[in-house]
Amino acid sequence: MTASTEVIASGHGTAGGETPLGYVQGRLDTTLIGVLLFITSEIMFFAGLFAAYFTVRAGHGNPWPPEGFHPEIEIALILLVILLTSSLTMEYSLRRIRAGDRTGLVRGLTVTLVLGALFLIGQLYDYSILGFGVSSGIYGTVFYTLTGFHGAHVFGGVVAIAVMLMRGAAGQFSARHHAAIEGVSWYWHFVDVVWIGLVTTLYVLPILEGSAHVGR
Amino acid sequence: MATTTLAPGAYVARPGFWYWLSTWLTTTDHKRIGFLYLFNSFLFFFLGGLLALGVRSELAVPGLQYFDNTTYNQLFTMHATAMLFLFIIPILAGLGNYAVPLMIGAADMAFPRINALSFWMLPVGGALMFGGYFFGGTAQAGWTNYVPITARAYSPQAGQDLWIVGLTLIGMSSILGGINFMATIFKLRAPGMTLMRMPIFVWTMLVTSALVVFATPVLASVLVMLFIDRNYGAHFFDPSAGGSAVMWQNVFWFYSHPAVYIMVLPAMGVISEGLPVFSRKPLFGYKAFVFATAAIGALGFSVWAHHMFTTGAVFLPFFSFMTFLIAVPTGVKMFNWLATMYRGKLRFTTAMLFAVGFLVMFLIGGIDGAFSASPPVDFALQDTYWIVAHIHYVLFGGSVMGLFAGIYYWFPKWTGARLREGLGKIHFTIMFIASNLTFFPMHIVGIQGMPRRVADYVEEPGWATINLLETVGSFILAASFLVFLWNVFVTLRGERTHEPDPWQGNTLEWATTSPPPPYNFDHLPPIRSERPVFDVRIGVVDDPWLANLIGAPSGTGRPSLSAGQPATPAAGDEGHG
Repeated sequence: MTASTEVIASGHGTAGGETPLGYVQGRLDTTLIGVLLFITSEIMFFAGLFAAYFTVRAGHGNPWPPEGFHPEIEIALILLVILLTSSLTMEYSLRRIRAGDRTGLVRGLTVTLVLGALFLIGQLYDYSILGFGVSSGIYGTVFYTLTGFHGAHVFGGVVAIAVMLMRGAAGQFSARHHAAIEGVSWYWHFVDVVWIGLVTTLYVLPILEGSAHVGR
Repeated sequence: MATTTLAPGAYVARPGFWYWLSTWLTTTDHKRIGFLYLFNSFLFFFLGGLLALGVRSELAVPGLQYFDNTTYNQLFTMHATAMLFLFIIPILAGLGNYAVPLMIGAADMAFPRINALSFWMLPVGGALMFGGYFFGGTAQAGWTNYVPITARAYSPQAGQDLWIVGLTLIGMSSILGGINFMATIFKLRAPGMTLMRMPIFVWTMLVTSALVVFATPVLASVLVMLFIDRNYGAHFFDPSAGGSAVMWQNVFWFYSHPAVYIMVLPAMGVISEGLPVFSRKPLFGYKAFVFATAAIGALGFSVWAHHMFTTGAVFLPFFSFMTFLIAVPTGVKMFNWLATMYRGKLRFTTAMLFAVGFLVMFLIGGIDGAFSASPPVDFALQDTYWIVAHIHYVLFGGSVMGLFAGIYYWFPKWTGARLREGLGKIHFTIMFIASNLTFFPMHIVGIQGMPRRVADYVEEPGWATINLLETVGSFILAASFLVFLWNVFVTLRGERTHEPDPWQGNTLEWATTSPPPPYNFDHLPPIRSERPVFDVRIGVVDDPWLANLIGAPSGTGRPSLSAGQPATPAAGDEGHG
């Protein structure tokens, strides 16, 4: 554990003067360890949902999605492009603030926020035209639970980005102090990765399996 | 707000009940939050205990006497729920909350405000679960909550939904707590406190927290699926529409098996702190103990389906083999504890008695578990009182014994006064005898096939006598906690000696005053081994301040690592990170 050896070398005790009590200096910020562990727990949450999906899928014959269910792959792909772009703008914001550029941070976060909101609007539009609900058959159940919980996480991310934007506009971040931006960006990339997983699972895999009828 | 953030305990003492109350409601100090955990958990412990007495009263004689079947179902469901989710998991987290920052030489947890949030979700979750009594009945499907019993068709009451929401909240509390412990342990260790110098209790809390972070979200996922099924007409667990009822069991046990280690590992950590102190010997096999703890954590994720042998839907050889395998690291620990005591200078304080009680009871519970790991035996014993005996031996005989060992061990640190030894020994004696009286006969009726979770039973093979015996035992057991409460009461009313180190302890919590000041330490000793206070007491490490505090001779002239010189850690320390 390099963290602790660094501290010993820096001199603890009577000769070296008092170090701030109990705080080990390490490479990774304490906040970011917290965020990392939180994302870990979120991954396990989605693992449970994906496990349920595959259990249901394995117990169901073809065609999958069943007759009468037509998920809109075009919308899903457009949403994927939106979310991937927003990950890039998030990364842009982070790099700007690392370089001390507060204006760049605010600009990047604004674009990210708009893209996140666009995703949510797009998903609501998708839901409105699908023509099936969470209670209409097992496919509706797994489809809405998986995409719905992802959407809820996007919503959480959008709220977090809005808070970051307000704090950034108030000048609370600097090249040295921006752990919150790092944490939010990790979370945002995680949400993005989940959507990649969902598009692959819900839309692409059935096509590869040859068990789907795409589009209308 | 800024004041709270900067100095959690540094409130200005002002008179008045409401001010006093507000300091407790708004505290972010890990020590006070630890007390809140203990207080809240004991409330639910006594509530759960009352429900258990209800169960035992009904079972005292055959036939239905006091409750109808539905009420009885609610009794055992809420008993298990309160004991597992509102008592044993949170109270061990409470012990950790108090002890972990002290043991690693930190000022507080890594995220004090999230720590307060974790705690305050618990009473809310508990109130939701028990709130079912006011809305047409609580959950009544057993704490395992199997579908289809919990489907809307068979459990229409709102109490079932409240149970799901309450448990989700408690799960979130657990996850945030686990994240907090891991960040604290990774980042806030005192200078010199390498990972392989951490007290075993801190190691067990670390592994427990990892289990919480990886397993509890999976429980949350299955709970929301059930909630959606019940309230929005979804079909996750509905086989007629393409769902799967066994999926509930798979996902539930994927959480709940690691959860039994969440419930017992910290108790193992507690007695691993107590046994060396009261045997005047170092813990035998520190490294083996650490690796055994990590191995239990890792293997804990691959044994869940041994709860589902009789479903016919799991691969028996694999899960049976893994279950036998996980007994190995547990056995390593058992030998470590015995070897620690072997030829030690034993002091049978109350804390030590509870630790030995843990060893005896947990051994019996563990052997029960090994029986059930074998599918042919399990097929015969599934859902009988044998399983009830097993869980009570490991959770009551294990976790609760370990918990009380910790309470008697740390009470002088918490309050500045030792619990009365005489009353403590009476408490232990009654509790030990009564728990065996209550739980051991369950093995016998279990082997004879008495089913669990049924309010009535046949008189035939002597079951009436045995059940009456268990009921008598359970009431004596309840009485033992009155002795404990009385002990706490008289101790708190009596004189506080404020001994910093009453047991000649090894670990850092004894290197500060009792109770510790805000931020815990005015001074930290040099940490050169996993027993920093012991090192100072025997003079291997020179630290006049601490030697004065704990009343040990300072500067004994033995070759020592001076506090002033930055020591280069041995090469071996590098690799363990």
